[in-house]
Amino acid sequence: MRVGHYALAMQGIVGRELLRFLHQRERFISALVRPLVWLFVFAAGFRAALGIAISPPYETYILYEVYITPGLLGMIQLFNGMQSSLSMVYDREMGSMRMLMVCPLPRWFLLVCKLIAGTAVSILQAYAFLLIAWLYDIQAPLAGYLYILPALLLSGLMLGALGLLLSSLIRQLENFAGVMNFVIFPLFFMSTALYPLWKIKESSQWLYWLAQYNPFSLAVEMIRFALYEQFNVFAASGVALAFLLFMSLAILGYNPSRGMMVKKTGAGSS
Amino acid sequence: MKALNIDNLSFAYGNQLALDQISLDVRSGECCMLLGPNGAGKSTLFALITRLYDSHKGRIELCGFDVRQQSRQALAYLGVVFQQTTLDPDLSVMQNLRYHAALHGIGRREADKRIQEELERLRMFERSHEKVRQLNGGHKRRVEIARALLHKPRLLLLDEPTVGLDMPSREAIVQHVHDLVEVQQLAVLWATHLIDEIAEEDSVVILHRGRIRAQGGLQNLLSESQTENIEQLFKHHTVGVA
Repeated sequence: MRVGHYALAMQGIVGRELLRFLHQRERFISALVRPLVWLFVFAAGFRAALGIAISPPYETYILYEVYITPGLLGMIQLFNGMQSSLSMVYDREMGSMRMLMVCPLPRWFLLVCKLIAGTAVSILQAYAFLLIAWLYDIQAPLAGYLYILPALLLSGLMLGALGLLLSSLIRQLENFAGVMNFVIFPLFFMSTALYPLWKIKESSQWLYWLAQYNPFSLAVEMIRFALYEQFNVFAASGVALAFLLFMSLAILGYNPSRGMMVKKTGAGSS
Repeated sequence: MKALNIDNLSFAYGNQLALDQISLDVRSGECCMLLGPNGAGKSTLFALITRLYDSHKGRIELCGFDVRQQSRQALAYLGVVFQQTTLDPDLSVMQNLRYHAALHGIGRREADKRIQEELERLRMFERSHEKVRQLNGGHKRRVEIARALLHKPRLLLLDEPTVGLDMPSREAIVQHVHDLVEVQQLAVLWATHLIDEIAEEDSVVILHRGRIRAQGGLQNLLSESQTENIEQLFKHHTVGVA
């Protein structure tokens, strides 16, 4: 009976997120437009400026568009994680988060359900992007499209957990702009999404260290290797560790005894 | 049977005491109206009962289960309508209610049966496939009450559910909730500052600046305070009281 309750709740939360996603077509389109602009415009413009040498997992010289495709997949998931985080803050301010939190299930499980729901949406977006990239002649080995699924799952969970953690720390919706400046942009630009590590090392040693251990870089490298049918142990372990860390902190953040919920103002003002 | 038992509960936001040694019982078949001006601590009390907040000082039991120690068992007996609407506007009434049923472990067939029962009782079933966004405030509130009852709770918490509604919608909700108390022996804790929502047979708790100033049956309180009506009673316990 209890297992059935958990399964029904999981199905309900994931189903609701997918329904909302389907109803909000503009969200789907905007999630795709962003990486496509980077692919069609930015990558085309920088093709000549950034020569890419042969480095694993690639076995030959590649176009810049090919190089940034895994980074853009990561970008989709990063923004999706932040979008989920934003919707958690919105739900909390608007009250619908309360309905979730007062149902008779452990909070950690409810947060995991929210996380899985957000990750499922990000994987749908990632495959839609890969399909368009395929039509644009950016094609990986066929098996890579299957290998990439567990990588997208793990990276989606990690970035979603980061979003959950941030949502537990953000006091008001207005503060979310700060997240863009202090989290998304540094994570994205100090990573291997747009340029390889050796290129970063040429310009700055400390930036190289930051980029190497940036969890977003690790996610991108895990996806990159998976797309070419390889398993990057270092990247996958790092992403798994980051996921566990972010998720534990997020669960702590949503714990009514110890977390940030109590410290928030406004919710109990009357 | 005590559906809600609060014993010596205190809570502070930092150094600011929001609730001070609150003790309160609500029994099955009782409608307890929680009155208090803005800032009295009503929403804080609700946040503690629903375990959105946590307090180490005092104890809250729902149907005999400690909210802190046995939160899952306790919350299974609780239905809530919050002050702000908590329905998803982009989903239909049916989708919103099915979501709630799933959170409470109710399978699809049983959920659909209960949804139909509750919505028919509130004369909302024919609108079950409309998006929530298309409903007016009164209809949204009815849907929220139907949702709060889907898992057959023993205690219903209502946090100012009629604020902003027109008179016919308010009256319909007040009547429906009092019927539930009488017919289904539901226990209700209803936070309000609209004193015309109180029926003669209701019990009343007046909360002011985080402390209970009066509690008991309406008639007893009126005679004790030598006041003639609820408005005078409320002023007696809140105006000029530090």
